[in-house]
Amino acid sequence: MAVALVIVSHSVKLAEGVVELASQMARDVAFRAAGGTEDGDLGTSFDKVYGAVEELLADGHEVAILTDLGSATMTVESVLEMVDPDRVRFAPGPLVEGAVAAAVTAQVGGGLAAVVEAAKASDAFPG
Amino acid sequence: MADPLGLAWALDWTRRAQATLAEHRMELIDLDRAIGDGDHGENMDRGFKAVVAKLDESPPEDVAGVLKLVAATLMSKVGGAAGPLYGTAYMRAAKATEADVDAAGVVALLEAALEGIVARGKATIGEKTMVDAWTPAIEAAKGVAQGGGSAAEALRAAATAATEGAEATIPMKATKGRASYLGERSIGHQDPGATSTAYLLACAADAAEAG
Repeated sequence: MAVALVIVSHSVKLAEGVVELASQMARDVAFRAAGGTEDGDLGTSFDKVYGAVEELLADGHEVAILTDLGSATMTVESVLEMVDPDRVRFAPGPLVEGAVAAAVTAQVGGGLAAVVEAAKASDAFPG
Repeated sequence: MADPLGLAWALDWTRRAQATLAEHRMELIDLDRAIGDGDHGENMDRGFKAVVAKLDESPPEDVAGVLKLVAATLMSKVGGAAGPLYGTAYMRAAKATEADVDAAGVVALLEAALEGIVARGKATIGEKTMVDAWTPAIEAAKGVAQGGGSAAEALRAAATAATEGAEATIPMKATKGRASYLGERSIGHQDPGATSTAYLLACAADAAEAG
């Protein structure tokens, strides 16, 4: 089963837009957009991220999480303390390029480590 | 308040924190608008209102239980960086706290909180963050504990040092968090996270000194 991606952004729209863009090249990859606070305002929500990760884990996926800004990353790190580190990892990198690179890697059967590496290395891609 | 401090203190501290953060909501918003995303006052106010609602719903049985409840609630209700930062701080503090908190216990609680903040935010002193309030607070509390002072005295010393620490962030240039995007233009403003830290510690000291 392909590695799944959770896109965490301060903005609901940005998270959804990144999912829209990245899924274009990764039709078989499961995505969850976890953007905004509980109320949909700008910010990030532990519960939204944790809920998305739990759903994907329950479906049998391994999960890579991408973020937009520093405090989103802190929210993700808080979530990572609550889940199996072998099945869920943070994928650092530029959000848009990283999501596309990670999604394509997942689509062609890359494992969790490869997907994370793809996100990390994505700022070096021609684009 | 009894010394060492116990459950009644932790509850009083938390309720005072809610009232104080509600009172200073606009001030924290203004500080954060100057160098950040402007949500700190709103987030802390919303977070602590949710904390107090939970306290009423399911009262904790000891100090660690209060700190854990605050941690979990802030983590889930505070949208900005303060959620994971204070959430982790309270969670680590809960783990380091005994049933009765004496002056050495105050030091242990504060040190654990700062370790959590540093683990999460990776800031060091001088970067214009809440670390600049926590670090002198711990040093001050340590001084009191080593001199044989009470928990209340340790908290008062910590609170005073945190307030001074927060004020000392004004001339600093931010190199962590959203304010770092402003570079030199972050100079001349007090850090909102250091400010809310000073308020939280002042509330802890007030609760310890109260009847």
